Amino acid sequence: MTALLEIENLHARVDGKPILKGVSLSIAPGEVHAIMGPNGSGKSTLAFVLAGHEAYEVTDGSIRFGDEDLLAMEPEERAHAGLFLAMQYPVEIPGVGNLYFLRQALNAVRKARGLEEISAAEFLRKAREEARRLGIGEELLKRDLNVGFSGGEKKRNEILQMALLEPRLAVLDETDSGLDIDALRVVAEGVNRMRSPERGFLVITHYQRLLEYIVPDVVHVMVDGRIRRTGGPELARELEARGYEAFVGRLAA
Amino acid sequence: MATAIETVREVTASEYKYGFTTPVEEERFPPGLNEDVVRRLSERKGEPAWLTEWRLAAFRRWQQMEMPDWQKVKFPPIDFQAISYFAAPKQKVRPKSLDEIDPEIRRTYDKLGIPIREQEILAGVAVDYVFDSVSVATTFKKKLEELGIIFCSISEAVREHPELVRKYLGSVVPPGDNFFAALNSAVFSDGSFVYVPKGVRCPMELSTYFRINAAGTGQFERTLIIADEGSYVSYLEGCTAPMRDEHQLHAAVVELIALDDAEIKYSTVQNWYPGDKEGRGGIYNFVTKRGLCRGRRSKISWTQVETGSAITWKYPSCILQGDDSVGEFYSVAVTNHHQQADTGTKMIHIGKRTRSRIVSKGIAAGRSDNTYRGLVRVLKSAEGARNHTQCDSLLIGEHCGAHTIPYIEVANRSARCEHEATTSKISEDQLFYCRQRGISEEDAVALIVNGFCREVMNELPMEFAVEAKKLLGISLEGSVG
Ligand SMILES: Nc1ncnc2c1ncn2[C@@H]1O[C@H](COP(=O)(O)OP(=O)(O)OP(=O)(O)O)[C@@H](O)[C@H]1O
Ligand SMILES: [Mg+2]
Repeated sequence: MTALLEIENLHARVDGKPILKGVSLSIAPGEVHAIMGPNGSGKSTLAFVLAGHEAYEVTDGSIRFGDEDLLAMEPEERAHAGLFLAMQYPVEIPGVGNLYFLRQALNAVRKARGLEEISAAEFLRKAREEARRLGIGEELLKRDLNVGFSGGEKKRNEILQMALLEPRLAVLDETDSGLDIDALRVVAEGVNRMRSPERGFLVITHYQRLLEYIVPDVVHVMVDGRIRRTGGPELARELEARGYEAFVGRLAA
Repeated sequence: MATAIETVREVTASEYKYGFTTPVEEERFPPGLNEDVVRRLSERKGEPAWLTEWRLAAFRRWQQMEMPDWQKVKFPPIDFQAISYFAAPKQKVRPKSLDEIDPEIRRTYDKLGIPIREQEILAGVAVDYVFDSVSVATTFKKKLEELGIIFCSISEAVREHPELVRKYLGSVVPPGDNFFAALNSAVFSDGSFVYVPKGVRCPMELSTYFRINAAGTGQFERTLIIADEGSYVSYLEGCTAPMRDEHQLHAAVVELIALDDAEIKYSTVQNWYPGDKEGRGGIYNFVTKRGLCRGRRSKISWTQVETGSAITWKYPSCILQGDDSVGEFYSVAVTNHHQQADTGTKMIHIGKRTRSRIVSKGIAAGRSDNTYRGLVRVLKSAEGARNHTQCDSLLIGEHCGAHTIPYIEVANRSARCEHEATTSKISEDQLFYCRQRGISEEDAVALIVNGFCREVMNELPMEFAVEAKKLLGISLEGSVG
C-alpha cells in the first residue's frame, strides 16, 4: 500500500542555518503519528517545510504526498491536495471576518478539487454545528480572524478550519499547548471524530496528556533535526517519565 | 524559491481594462488658452453674459497664480497651452430621448459596464453620463422631477435654473481659491447639477459617470449639489479614461451645500488610467472638492476609493458652519507601480458642537508614494467641537512609501481632537496562512487589503461596494509573487 506521506532524508535550513538534518518518516493512510522533542529541535520547521513556507529552504531529500512530489507544489496547491497545518501560532488578519475567511478558504479548496461552491446556508449550517461541538461561540465566529483571540480560542479555531476543510493529512503543531484541561478534551475529540481509514495525522506535542486522548500509532522523538527514536505509544510515556535528557545526552556523547 | 517581498520588484502591470478609445466624430477647440478661448467656450455653450464674465474674472485670477508646489507629488511642468479646452462628440442638439444617443457612445458605456438604459442593473441609480467635455445623457429624470428633484448637466441647469446656479456657483469654492479651481472656473465644460427641495429624501442614488475619451484634452467638470432643509441625497461619481502614453489633466471642482437638517453623502470610486508600470502616461487628477454644512444639524459625508490616476491631488473638505453639523471623510487610496497620491481632507469647525470624523486607509505597493495630508481647524467660535482622526497605512513590498501629515489647529479650548495613526505591512506569515488554507496569493492580498479597508468600504452604497472591492484586487494585481 502506498504511503500517504513519505519523507526521505529531508534536510532544510532557515536563514542559511541547517535545522533539519536528515529526517525520514512514513505515514500510511489512517495512521496517527506523534512527534515529540525538545524546544528548538526542528518540529515546527518540519511542519512548515511540509506546508511549503518560503522561509524554509530544502537542501536535500524528498517528500511524496500520495502520488505527488510535495516539494514541487505551491503552498495553496498542497492545501488543495489535502494538506492542512494547524499552526503553533495562528496568524491574525484584521478586518477579515473569521467565518468569511473560512468560507473563502473552503470555496478555494472546493474549486481546486472540481467541486461547486458551497451555498451560504449550507456553509453556515456546517460551520455552526462544528463550532458548537468545539465550544466556539457565535461571537467568535463573527470576530476578525484570530484578532484578540485567546491562545485557546485560536487553537480551537484551527480545529474548526480543519474540520470544514476535510484534509487527507493534518499536521497539528502544538495544538494542545495553551489549552485548559476541558478544552484539551474538546479539541482531542474533534480530532478523533475525523480519524478515518483514509486520513492521516502528524501530531506535534510536548505532552503525554494529549496522547492519552489521541492515541497515536507511532511516536517519534526528534532531537537536533533528526528523528532519534521511533516507537509505539509507550515511548511517549517513557519520555514523560525520563525527559529528553537521555536522548540529548546520548547525542552529545 | 524567491520570497514574496523580493518578487515585488518584478511586478507586471495588470491590464487596465477600461483603456479603449471610442471612434466618434468630435468637435474640439485647437490647443491653447486665452480670453478668447474662454469667450468662445462660453458662447459655444450659449451661456448668459454674467457667466461669461464670471469665467473671464476667474481666468484673470488664474493668470496671476502659480502652480502650487507644496504637495508631495513630483511631475514635470504642465504646458497649459498644449491642452485643448473643449472636446465634444458632434451632435447638433443634445438628444431629446435616450434612444437618440450616438450608438458609438452607447457602446462605450456598455463596454464600461454601465449601459445607458433605465434598466434593472441600475434600477435605483439615476446616471448622468459625461463624455469628454459634455453630458450626453441623464436617466430617470422624469421620476425625479415628480419629487421636485433637479438632476441634470450643469449646462442645462444654467439654462433652466439660472437663479439657483447663480446663487450657489462658487459659493463654496470661490474662483480664486486655488490654481486649479481658478482654471476650472474659467474653462469648466460640463458636470452635474443636483437640487433636492425641502424635506425630500431622494429615493435613488444619483450618479455621474465621467469618461475622458479624446487625446490631448483636459477634463474640467463642475459639480454643484444643493440639499435644501431637511433633505437627503446620496451621490456617486465614477470615472475612467483610455490608456494613452501622454498625461491628461483632470481638474474638477465639486461644491456641496447642505442647509438645516440636510444630509449629503458623496461617494467616489476613482479609476482613471494610472499609467503603465514604468510610469508612462496616466491621468493627473487635481480636484477641489468642498462641502459647506451651512445649516444647523446638517451633515456631509465624503467616501472615496482612489485606485487610479498617475497623480492624485485632492482633499475633499467640510466647512462645518451650522451649529451641531457633522463632517465625515472615509478614504481608501491605493497606489501601485509609479503612482503618486497626496490626498486627505480638511475639516473646518466654525459652528458650536460641530463634529468631524476622518478615517483614512492608504495602501502603497510597487514604487508608489502615498501621502495622507489632513487639516483639522477649530475656530474660536466652535465651542465643544470634536474631531476623531484615524490614519492607517499598509505597505506591500519595500520600495513604496506611506506618509501621514496631520495639521491640527485649535483656537477653542473646549474642543477635543484625537489623532491615531498606524503603519503596517502585509506580512509573509499572513500570506502564508491564507495560502495554507488554499487561497491563492493574489486573492490573499485582495482579502487582506479589503480587510484593512473594511471600515471605509462599509460606507459605500451597495452597488458601489461590490465594484470597489473588485477594483482593489485588480489594482494590486502583480504587487506580490
Ligand atoms: N524563521 C526562522 N528564522 C530564524 N530561525 C528560525 C526560524 N524558524 C526556526 N528557526 C530556528 O530553527 C530552530 C528550530 O525551530 P523550530 O521552531 O522548528 O523548533 P521546535 O522543535 O518547533 O521548537 P518548540 O518546541 O519550541 O516549538 C530553532 O533554533 C529556531 O530558532
Ligand atoms: Mg514548534
